[in-house]
Amino acid sequence: MPRSLKKGPYVDPKLMKKVQAMIDTGEKRIIKTWSRRSTIVPEFVGFTFAVHNGMKFIPVYVSENMVGHKLGEFSRTRTFKGHAGSEKTTRVKG
Amino acid sequence: MARIAGVDLPKNERVEIGLTRIFGIGRSLSRKILDETGINPDTRVRALRDDEIVKIRSVIDRDYKVEGELRKEISMNIKRLMDIGCYRGIRHRMGLPVRGQRTKTNARTRKGPKKTVVGKKKGGK
Repeated sequence: MPRSLKKGPYVDPKLMKKVQAMIDTGEKRIIKTWSRRSTIVPEFVGFTFAVHNGMKFIPVYVSENMVGHKLGEFSRTRTFKGHAGSEKTTRVKG
Repeated sequence: MARIAGVDLPKNERVEIGLTRIFGIGRSLSRKILDETGINPDTRVRALRDDEIVKIRSVIDRDYKVEGELRKEISMNIKRLMDIGCYRGIRHRMGLPVRGQRTKTNARTRKGPKKTVVGKKKGGK
């Protein structure tokens, strides 16, 4: 069941504050965040976030059609390099 | 022969069923369309009058995406997911289940026929 529309999309207030500050000052820095559960809102477009995947931070550049997804969707948490002996062992995490 | 949205409907089926031959129309949409046009769902496709066919066609054209257009929309949606590099997109790219199903066993619809690995032990420990 989706989240109630009444509440609006969930964005970590701390993260929102940081983004808002960057918009106000007009500067662009990478924002480190652990808040994988935050929805990407239109304000985020054009910024780069470093989204934690449990081990390290994955840089995520937010483009327009990512709006509505969660930050965590772009930062994989599992490493699967393929099975031994299979030809398609080229996949790296990303 | 009733040709709607580029699909020939089989003559001998009831319209309600016949319409479901169109990609994007199932039983419930079929019912809705017939309701709206006031056609008895029990009539056979071959017994449809020309004006009824025209009516059905116009309702579908106006309100619903079917066949090629719908297929295009679906593949566009999947392409979008793949392009933005989100988890669901990656799963589509790898041809694995997208919605969190298990893949240790099953998932054969997405993964295709079994690829047997020689010398692989069965079971856990």
